[in-house]
Amino acid sequence: MSIFALDFPAVTHLFEWPDIAFSDTYLALNKTSLIYLVAMLLTVVTFGLAARKRALVPSGIQHVAEGGINFVEQNIVMETIGAEGRKFMPFLTSLFFFIFFINIFEVIPFIQFPGNSRMAVPMLLALVVWVVYNYIGVRSQGLGGYLKTSLFPPGVPKALYLIVTPIHLFSTFLIRPLSLAIRLWANMMAGHLLLVTFAVLSAALWGFGYVPGLLPFFMLVLLTAFEIFVSALQAFIFTILTAVYIGGSLHGDH
Amino acid sequence: MVNLLATIGILAQTEAGEFLEGLKAIGAGLGYGLAAIGPGIGIGLVVGNAVTAMARQPESAGMVRTTMFLGIAFTEALALIGFVVFILLLP
Repeated sequence: MSIFALDFPAVTHLFEWPDIAFSDTYLALNKTSLIYLVAMLLTVVTFGLAARKRALVPSGIQHVAEGGINFVEQNIVMETIGAEGRKFMPFLTSLFFFIFFINIFEVIPFIQFPGNSRMAVPMLLALVVWVVYNYIGVRSQGLGGYLKTSLFPPGVPKALYLIVTPIHLFSTFLIRPLSLAIRLWANMMAGHLLLVTFAVLSAALWGFGYVPGLLPFFMLVLLTAFEIFVSALQAFIFTILTAVYIGGSLHGDH
Repeated sequence: MVNLLATIGILAQTEAGEFLEGLKAIGAGLGYGLAAIGPGIGIGLVVGNAVTAMARQPESAGMVRTTMFLGIAFTEALALIGFVVFILLLP
Protein backbone atom coordinates (compact mmCIF):
# COMPACT_ATOMS: atom_id res chain seq x y z
CA MET A 1 0.00 0.00 0.00
CA SER A 2 1.28 3.48 -0.64
CA ILE A 3 0.06 6.65 1.01
CA PHE A 4 1.50 9.98 -0.20
CA ALA A 5 3.84 7.89 -2.34
CA LEU A 6 5.38 6.38 0.81
CA ASP A 7 5.62 2.65 1.24
CA PHE A 8 3.28 1.93 4.09
CA PRO A 9 3.70 -1.56 5.58
CA ALA A 10 0.82 -3.97 5.08
CA VAL A 11 -1.43 -4.58 8.05
CA THR A 12 -0.17 -8.12 8.55
CA HIS A 13 3.40 -6.81 8.84
CA LEU A 14 2.37 -4.66 11.79
CA PHE A 15 0.56 -7.26 13.84
CA GLU A 16 1.84 -10.76 13.03
CA TRP A 17 5.12 -11.30 14.82
CA PRO A 18 7.41 -14.18 13.89
CA ASP A 19 8.07 -16.89 16.46
CA ILE A 20 11.01 -16.45 18.79
CA ALA A 21 11.22 -19.87 20.39
CA PHE A 22 9.52 -23.28 20.26
CA SER A 23 8.23 -22.50 16.78
CA ASP A 24 5.74 -24.85 15.08
CA THR A 25 4.49 -26.19 18.40
CA TYR A 26 1.56 -25.21 20.59
CA LEU A 27 3.99 -23.49 22.97
CA ALA A 28 5.40 -21.14 20.31
CA LEU A 29 6.47 -17.81 21.76
CA ASN A 30 6.39 -14.54 19.93
CA LYS A 31 6.35 -10.90 21.04
CA THR A 32 2.60 -10.88 21.68
CA SER A 33 2.61 -13.93 23.93
CA LEU A 34 5.69 -12.62 25.77
CA ILE A 35 3.75 -9.39 26.44
CA TYR A 36 0.87 -11.45 27.81
CA LEU A 37 3.22 -13.38 30.10
CA VAL A 38 4.96 -10.21 31.33
CA ALA A 39 1.62 -8.51 31.98
CA MET A 40 0.40 -11.50 33.97
CA LEU A 41 3.63 -11.53 36.01
CA LEU A 42 3.34 -7.77 36.59
CA THR A 43 -0.20 -8.16 37.93
CA VAL A 44 0.72 -11.05 40.20
CA VAL A 45 3.96 -9.46 41.44
CA THR A 46 2.39 -6.03 42.08
CA PHE A 47 -0.37 -7.37 44.28
CA GLY A 48 1.75 -10.15 45.78
CA LEU A 49 4.46 -7.75 46.92
CA ALA A 50 1.88 -5.27 48.14
CA ALA A 51 0.16 -7.91 50.24
CA ARG A 52 3.32 -9.42 51.71
CA LYS A 53 4.27 -6.59 54.08
CA ARG A 54 1.01 -5.03 55.18
CA ALA A 55 1.71 -1.73 56.89
CA LEU A 56 -1.00 0.41 58.46
CA VAL A 57 0.32 3.47 56.66
CA PRO A 58 0.91 2.29 53.08
CA SER A 59 4.03 3.29 51.20
CA GLY A 60 5.71 2.30 47.98
CA ILE A 61 4.10 -0.51 46.04
CA GLN A 62 1.43 -1.06 48.66
CA HIS A 63 0.29 2.52 48.09
CA VAL A 64 -0.07 1.87 44.34
CA ALA A 65 -2.01 -1.35 44.88
CA GLU A 66 -4.33 0.20 47.44
CA GLY A 67 -4.94 3.16 45.17
CA GLY A 68 -5.88 0.83 42.34
CA ILE A 69 -8.17 -1.25 44.54
CA ASN A 70 -9.82 1.93 45.86
CA PHE A 71 -10.36 3.15 42.31
CA VAL A 72 -12.00 -0.11 41.25
CA GLU A 73 -14.14 -0.17 44.39
CA GLN A 74 -15.33 3.44 44.27
CA ASN A 75 -15.65 4.05 40.54
CA ILE A 76 -16.61 0.64 39.21
CA VAL A 77 -18.21 -1.59 41.83
CA MET A 78 -20.08 0.97 43.95
CA GLU A 79 -21.38 2.82 40.89
CA THR A 80 -22.78 -0.23 39.14
CA ILE A 81 -23.43 -3.18 41.49
CA GLY A 82 -23.50 -1.58 44.94
CA ALA A 83 -22.23 -2.79 48.29
CA GLU A 84 -22.98 -6.46 47.60
CA GLY A 85 -20.64 -6.36 44.61
CA ARG A 86 -17.65 -6.24 46.99
CA LYS A 87 -17.22 -10.02 46.73
CA PHE A 88 -16.39 -9.63 43.01
CA MET A 89 -13.60 -7.15 43.80
CA PRO A 90 -10.71 -9.65 43.30
CA PHE A 91 -12.00 -10.69 39.86
CA LEU A 92 -12.68 -7.13 38.70
CA THR A 93 -9.43 -5.70 40.06
CA SER A 94 -7.25 -8.34 38.47
CA LEU A 95 -9.21 -7.99 35.20
CA PHE A 96 -8.62 -4.23 35.20
CA PHE A 97 -4.91 -4.41 35.93
CA PHE A 98 -4.24 -7.32 33.56
CA ILE A 99 -5.87 -5.48 30.64
CA PHE A 100 -4.20 -2.22 31.61
CA PHE A 101 -0.73 -3.77 31.77
CA ILE A 102 -1.20 -5.42 28.36
CA ASN A 103 -2.44 -2.17 26.84
CA ILE A 104 0.22 0.10 28.29
CA PHE A 105 2.97 -1.76 26.38
CA GLU A 106 1.71 0.23 23.41
CA VAL A 107 3.66 3.31 24.54
CA ILE A 108 6.61 1.75 26.38
CA PRO A 109 9.73 2.47 24.30
CA PHE A 110 11.30 -0.41 22.34
CA ILE A 111 8.28 -2.63 22.94
CA GLN A 112 5.49 -0.44 21.58
CA PHE A 113 2.98 -3.10 20.79
CA PRO A 114 -0.38 -3.39 22.52
CA GLY A 115 -0.89 -7.10 23.13
CA ASN A 116 -4.64 -6.60 22.96
CA SER A 117 -4.45 -5.69 19.29
CA ARG A 118 -4.38 -9.43 18.65
CA MET A 119 -7.71 -11.13 19.26
CA ALA A 120 -6.48 -13.91 21.59
CA VAL A 121 -6.71 -12.36 25.04
CA PRO A 122 -9.74 -10.08 24.43
CA MET A 123 -11.71 -13.08 23.14
CA LEU A 124 -10.63 -15.31 26.04
CA LEU A 125 -11.47 -12.63 28.61
CA ALA A 126 -14.87 -12.01 27.00
CA LEU A 127 -15.60 -15.76 27.17
CA VAL A 128 -14.57 -15.82 30.84
CA VAL A 129 -16.86 -12.85 31.54
CA TRP A 130 -19.69 -14.58 29.64
CA VAL A 131 -19.33 -17.72 31.77
CA VAL A 132 -19.08 -15.67 34.98
CA TYR A 133 -22.18 -13.54 34.51
CA ASN A 134 -24.29 -16.45 33.31
CA TYR A 135 -23.14 -18.56 36.27
CA ILE A 136 -23.92 -15.75 38.71
CA GLY A 137 -27.33 -15.23 37.12
CA VAL A 138 -28.23 -18.91 37.36
CA ARG A 139 -26.94 -19.19 40.91
CA SER A 140 -28.70 -16.11 42.29
CA GLN A 141 -32.02 -16.34 40.44
CA GLY A 142 -32.25 -19.98 39.43
CA LEU A 143 -32.22 -21.13 35.81
CA GLY A 144 -35.89 -20.31 35.16
CA GLY A 145 -35.75 -16.98 36.94
CA TYR A 146 -32.58 -15.93 35.14
CA LEU A 147 -34.00 -16.82 31.72
CA LYS A 148 -37.26 -15.07 32.63
CA THR A 149 -35.64 -11.80 33.71
CA SER A 150 -33.16 -11.75 30.85
CA LEU A 151 -35.49 -12.84 28.04
CA PHE A 152 -38.88 -11.51 29.20
CA PRO A 153 -38.37 -8.01 30.60
CA PRO A 154 -41.39 -6.93 32.68
CA GLY A 155 -43.66 -4.08 31.63
CA VAL A 156 -43.82 -5.04 27.95
CA PRO A 157 -47.18 -5.78 26.26
CA LYS A 158 -47.67 -9.51 25.74
CA ALA A 159 -47.70 -9.41 21.93
CA LEU A 160 -44.41 -7.52 21.79
CA TYR A 161 -42.58 -10.47 23.37
CA LEU A 162 -42.58 -11.96 19.86
CA ILE A 163 -40.06 -9.26 18.90
CA VAL A 164 -38.44 -8.47 22.24
CA THR A 165 -37.45 -12.01 23.24
CA PRO A 166 -35.36 -12.86 20.14
CA ILE A 167 -33.64 -9.47 20.38
CA HIS A 168 -32.80 -10.06 24.04
CA LEU A 169 -31.66 -13.60 23.27
CA PHE A 170 -29.23 -12.25 20.70
CA SER A 171 -28.03 -9.24 22.64
CA THR A 172 -27.56 -10.98 25.99
CA PHE A 173 -25.99 -14.25 24.98
CA LEU A 174 -24.28 -13.47 21.67
CA ILE A 175 -23.68 -9.76 21.10
CA ARG A 176 -22.46 -9.02 24.65
CA PRO A 177 -19.27 -11.12 24.61
CA LEU A 178 -18.69 -10.34 20.93
CA SER A 179 -18.88 -6.58 21.39
CA LEU A 180 -16.84 -6.78 24.59
CA ALA A 181 -14.00 -8.50 22.73
CA ILE A 182 -14.25 -6.42 19.56
CA ARG A 183 -14.33 -3.13 21.48
CA LEU A 184 -11.07 -3.80 23.28
CA TRP A 185 -9.32 -5.35 20.28
CA ALA A 186 -10.36 -2.76 17.70
CA ASN A 187 -9.57 0.19 19.94
CA MET A 188 -6.03 -1.01 20.58
CA MET A 189 -5.54 -1.97 16.93
CA ALA A 190 -6.73 1.45 15.76
CA GLY A 191 -4.44 3.16 18.25
CA HIS A 192 -1.44 1.14 17.11
CA LEU A 193 -2.25 1.86 13.44
CA LEU A 194 -2.45 5.61 14.19
CA LEU A 195 0.91 5.60 15.97
CA VAL A 196 2.55 3.58 13.18
CA THR A 197 1.10 5.88 10.51
CA PHE A 198 2.54 9.00 12.09
CA ALA A 199 5.86 7.33 12.87
CA VAL A 200 6.24 6.22 9.22
CA LEU A 201 5.15 9.66 8.03
CA SER A 202 7.63 11.56 10.20
CA ALA A 203 10.45 9.17 9.31
CA ALA A 204 9.72 9.59 5.59
CA LEU A 205 9.30 13.37 5.71
CA TRP A 206 12.46 13.85 7.78
CA GLY A 207 14.48 13.94 4.57
CA PHE A 208 12.65 17.05 3.31
CA GLY A 209 13.92 19.28 6.11
CA TYR A 210 13.03 19.88 9.72
CA VAL A 211 9.65 21.58 9.35
CA PRO A 212 7.74 18.88 7.44
CA GLY A 213 9.37 16.20 9.56
CA LEU A 214 8.54 17.89 12.85
CA LEU A 215 4.83 18.36 12.16
CA PRO A 216 3.91 14.65 12.12
CA PHE A 217 6.36 14.12 14.96
CA PHE A 218 4.43 16.52 17.19
CA MET A 219 1.27 14.69 16.21
CA LEU A 220 3.00 11.43 17.18
CA VAL A 221 3.86 12.81 20.63
CA LEU A 222 0.30 14.05 21.14
CA LEU A 223 -1.15 10.72 20.01
CA THR A 224 1.19 8.84 22.37
CA ALA A 225 -0.26 10.83 25.27
CA PHE A 226 -3.73 10.13 23.93
CA GLU A 227 -2.99 6.40 23.69
CA ILE A 228 -1.91 6.30 27.36
CA PHE A 229 -5.36 7.69 28.14
CA VAL A 230 -7.04 5.22 25.79
CA SER A 231 -5.30 2.18 27.25
CA ALA A 232 -6.47 3.11 30.76
CA LEU A 233 -9.95 3.95 29.44
CA GLN A 234 -10.37 0.65 27.61
CA ALA A 235 -9.38 -1.33 30.69
CA PHE A 236 -11.87 0.77 32.67
CA ILE A 237 -14.65 0.23 30.13
CA PHE A 238 -14.08 -3.53 29.91
CA THR A 239 -14.18 -3.82 33.70
CA ILE A 240 -17.20 -1.54 34.17
CA LEU A 241 -19.17 -3.42 31.50
CA THR A 242 -18.32 -6.67 33.26
CA ALA A 243 -19.58 -5.14 36.50
CA VAL A 244 -22.78 -3.97 34.78
CA TYR A 245 -23.42 -7.46 33.37
CA ILE A 246 -22.76 -9.08 36.75
CA GLY A 247 -25.06 -6.55 38.46
CA GLY A 248 -27.74 -7.22 35.87
CA SER A 249 -27.66 -10.97 36.41
CA LEU A 250 -27.63 -10.54 40.21
CA HIS A 251 -30.90 -8.64 40.27
CA GLY A 252 -32.53 -8.93 36.85
CA ASP A 253 -33.71 -5.82 35.05
CA HIS A 254 -36.16 -4.09 37.36
CA MET B 1 -19.14 -5.58 -13.83
CA VAL B 2 -15.63 -5.50 -15.21
CA ASN B 3 -16.69 -6.79 -18.60
CA LEU B 4 -19.58 -4.34 -18.69
CA LEU B 5 -17.29 -1.39 -18.01
CA ALA B 6 -14.85 -2.68 -20.61
CA THR B 7 -17.52 -3.01 -23.31
CA ILE B 8 -18.92 0.44 -22.60
CA GLY B 9 -15.44 1.79 -23.00
CA ILE B 10 -14.79 3.24 -19.56
CA LEU B 11 -11.99 0.84 -18.84
CA ALA B 12 -8.93 0.94 -21.04
CA GLN B 13 -7.73 -2.44 -19.82
CA THR B 14 -9.40 -5.35 -18.11
CA GLU B 15 -6.91 -6.46 -15.51
CA ALA B 16 -9.56 -8.21 -13.46
CA GLY B 17 -7.39 -8.67 -10.39
CA GLU B 18 -6.33 -5.05 -10.10
CA PHE B 19 -9.81 -3.79 -10.76
CA LEU B 20 -11.28 -5.94 -7.99
CA GLU B 21 -8.54 -4.79 -5.62
CA GLY B 22 -9.47 -1.20 -6.36
CA LEU B 23 -13.16 -1.91 -5.83
CA LYS B 24 -12.30 -3.55 -2.52
CA ALA B 25 -10.33 -0.51 -1.39
CA ILE B 26 -13.14 1.84 -2.39
CA GLY B 27 -15.67 -0.36 -0.59
CA ALA B 28 -13.51 -0.51 2.52
CA GLY B 29 -13.07 3.25 2.65
CA LEU B 30 -16.73 3.97 1.98
CA GLY B 31 -17.81 1.33 4.48
CA TYR B 32 -15.75 2.76 7.28
CA GLY B 33 -16.86 6.29 6.50
CA LEU B 34 -20.53 5.31 6.47
CA ALA B 35 -20.15 3.30 9.67
CA ALA B 36 -18.64 6.31 11.43
CA ILE B 37 -21.53 8.70 10.72
CA GLY B 38 -24.13 7.30 13.09
CA PRO B 39 -21.86 6.62 16.07
CA GLY B 40 -20.30 10.08 15.61
CA ILE B 41 -23.69 11.73 16.00
CA GLY B 42 -24.57 9.34 18.83
CA ILE B 43 -21.42 9.98 20.84
CA GLY B 44 -21.92 13.70 20.33
CA LEU B 45 -25.42 13.45 21.78
CA VAL B 46 -24.25 11.34 24.73
CA VAL B 47 -21.36 13.60 25.70
CA GLY B 48 -23.28 16.81 25.06
CA ASN B 49 -26.13 15.78 27.32
CA ALA B 50 -23.67 14.53 29.95
CA VAL B 51 -21.94 17.95 29.97
CA THR B 52 -25.32 19.66 30.32
CA ALA B 53 -26.18 17.41 33.26
CA MET B 54 -22.81 18.04 34.91
CA ALA B 55 -23.17 21.79 34.49
CA ARG B 56 -26.63 21.76 36.04
CA GLN B 57 -25.75 19.48 38.92
CA PRO B 58 -22.01 19.44 39.56
CA GLU B 59 -22.46 17.26 42.66
CA SER B 60 -23.64 14.34 40.48
CA ALA B 61 -20.68 14.66 38.10
CA GLY B 62 -19.09 11.35 39.14
CA MET B 63 -22.18 9.29 38.45
CA VAL B 64 -22.87 11.10 35.19
CA ARG B 65 -19.31 10.52 34.02
CA THR B 66 -19.50 6.76 34.65
CA THR B 67 -22.81 6.52 32.83
CA MET B 68 -21.39 8.66 30.01
CA PHE B 69 -18.50 6.24 29.50
CA LEU B 70 -20.97 3.35 29.44
CA GLY B 71 -23.08 5.11 26.81
CA ILE B 72 -20.00 5.89 24.73
CA ALA B 73 -18.89 2.27 24.93
CA PHE B 74 -22.24 0.98 23.66
CA THR B 75 -22.46 3.57 20.88
CA GLU B 76 -18.87 3.13 19.80
CA ALA B 77 -19.30 -0.60 19.18
CA LEU B 78 -21.01 0.05 15.83
CA ALA B 79 -18.18 2.25 14.58
CA LEU B 80 -15.68 -0.37 15.68
CA ILE B 81 -17.49 -3.09 13.74
CA GLY B 82 -17.19 -0.80 10.70
CA PHE B 83 -13.47 -0.50 11.42
CA VAL B 84 -13.14 -4.28 11.60
CA VAL B 85 -14.87 -4.65 8.21
CA PHE B 86 -12.48 -2.00 6.87
CA ILE B 87 -9.47 -4.03 8.03
CA LEU B 88 -10.92 -7.25 6.64
CA LEU B 89 -11.66 -5.73 3.23
CA LEU B 90 -8.25 -4.13 2.79
CA PRO B 91 -6.49 -5.62 -0.24
